[in-house]
Amino acid sequence: MIELYLSLPIWVQASLKGLIAIGLIIPIAGACSLAERKISAWIQGRPGPNRARAWGLGYIPILGPILQRLGVFHLMADGAKFVFKEDVVPGHVNKFYYYLAPLVALVPSLCTIVVVPFGAYFDAATETLKPLILADVDVGILAVFAIGSLSVYSLILAGWASNSKYPFLGGVRASAQLISYELSMTLSVIPVFLWVNAPGPEATLSLFAVVESQSQPGFWGGMWFVFLMPLCAFVFLVSLFAETNRQPFDMPESEADLVGGFHTEYGEFKWSIFFVAEYAHMTIGSGVFVLLFLGGWNPLPWVPLEPLIAGLPVWLGGLIGASVFLGKTFFFIFLFMWVRWTLPRFRYDQVMKLGWQKLLPIAIANVIFYALAIALIERA
Amino acid sequence: MSFKTVERKPLSFAERTYVPQILGGLKTTFKKMVKPNETLEYPEARPTIPPGYRGVPTLVKDPNGREKCVSCQLCEFVCPPKAIRIKPGEIPADDPTAHVEKAPQEFDIDMLRCIYCGLCQEVCPEEAIWLQNVFSLSGYTREEMVNNKAKLYELGGTLPDDHYKWDKKKAAEEAGNGGH
Repeated sequence: MIELYLSLPIWVQASLKGLIAIGLIIPIAGACSLAERKISAWIQGRPGPNRARAWGLGYIPILGPILQRLGVFHLMADGAKFVFKEDVVPGHVNKFYYYLAPLVALVPSLCTIVVVPFGAYFDAATETLKPLILADVDVGILAVFAIGSLSVYSLILAGWASNSKYPFLGGVRASAQLISYELSMTLSVIPVFLWVNAPGPEATLSLFAVVESQSQPGFWGGMWFVFLMPLCAFVFLVSLFAETNRQPFDMPESEADLVGGFHTEYGEFKWSIFFVAEYAHMTIGSGVFVLLFLGGWNPLPWVPLEPLIAGLPVWLGGLIGASVFLGKTFFFIFLFMWVRWTLPRFRYDQVMKLGWQKLLPIAIANVIFYALAIALIERA
Repeated sequence: MSFKTVERKPLSFAERTYVPQILGGLKTTFKKMVKPNETLEYPEARPTIPPGYRGVPTLVKDPNGREKCVSCQLCEFVCPPKAIRIKPGEIPADDPTAHVEKAPQEFDIDMLRCIYCGLCQEVCPEEAIWLQNVFSLSGYTREEMVNNKAKLYELGGTLPDDHYKWDKKKAAEEAGNGGH
């Protein structure tokens, strides 16, 4: 099996890996939509979707009723509905850009997976930990930011191509919001990379290197960056909420004042692409947060993964690493939903004020503080 | 002065960062999330009906199995939406309750008209019509939504009787001191 895989041309290998990653992220995004409905229901004291039952799977004893209570068949029904609904295009839209916008939303969200490691395995040949990643490139976080921020174009395109009032306002708000929070977000990760790139070895922006530097021996080495740089983590998290358009920052689609925001004129499958892209963005954002600040695949602070899986078979070690990482990521997705059903939405001017007058100065002060601190520590 | 000026304290630093308030909110929602649901899953779980509930009007029998309605038609006349239609009839002479004289031959309540006001129950001199605890009824046609006499007795069943008015009347008549 492995020999067959290794004998394939490199581009076939790469596309297979990419398809597997996409095949993983789209079901996660779908499951997120169900989780959102269930969590909102539980918080509001409701049981949530639990009525639909499919023939076959739904009538298996014990398992069927459990799946039904969890609303799994509602998820399937939703998916089927989106695929089979009539494709309605309003007459007043700019057709080319109207169709382009959902693609521009989905493609960057999926592209960022390429540089995000989602686990690690122990390579017996070199006796080192290797990342489970599509492409371990040195640009790492820079690529995530560069590609991830392209998704703002989809909101602008959707808002503009819809040629109607509310989508346009949604698109304008989205672009202003995303651009303002991107600044603080980028600034908040600089101290992490200043700390990771100690003078000496070749500098890197790879996310794998960030996790590696959180799995060193010793008190400082094994410390997750969330303890070392809590303010960075806080600014990053707040910006992440704004970047993924989640409550309390969901200005682009604030349904109370903008109908549906930028996707008001979208329906059926095109709308579901926006939806999947939003959840994929959220999943990857959470993943990046876990890698940067919560030790990636290390199960606990000061407990690195490497010695735990060194003796195990490669596939089992890889599975453990990936599960730890995905577990933390899922917790963050849960946090996103938990916050959404807790907080009311900010007013638009409050969002802008928070971004430019609070978060950005904090992020800048933070960079200066850590730059000086790290310089002093490394000089000593 | 009918109003009072409330002094507003300036927000503390912690409050201005929103963070303690947000954490408090998250705590509240988390508690709500792990608590059992408030929702009653309706068709499987039914609500408990409080006493005095005004559900679908029904006709009842007394514990001896006598139909209590004497077709006086007061309910028909009082019914604000004119939902009740009664066709009075005689009780045959060989019946043990022949002294009651009258009973409805037909008794229809159109549930598409009924407004569940309970005036029929209030006006009934025989305590024969009761709004009981059936609250949900449905049908595919207008005809199905008209409860006839058999349906009304089926829904109503038997209710306890405090008076046994007609039995006492009969006993008094037999003892020789009856009559109006």
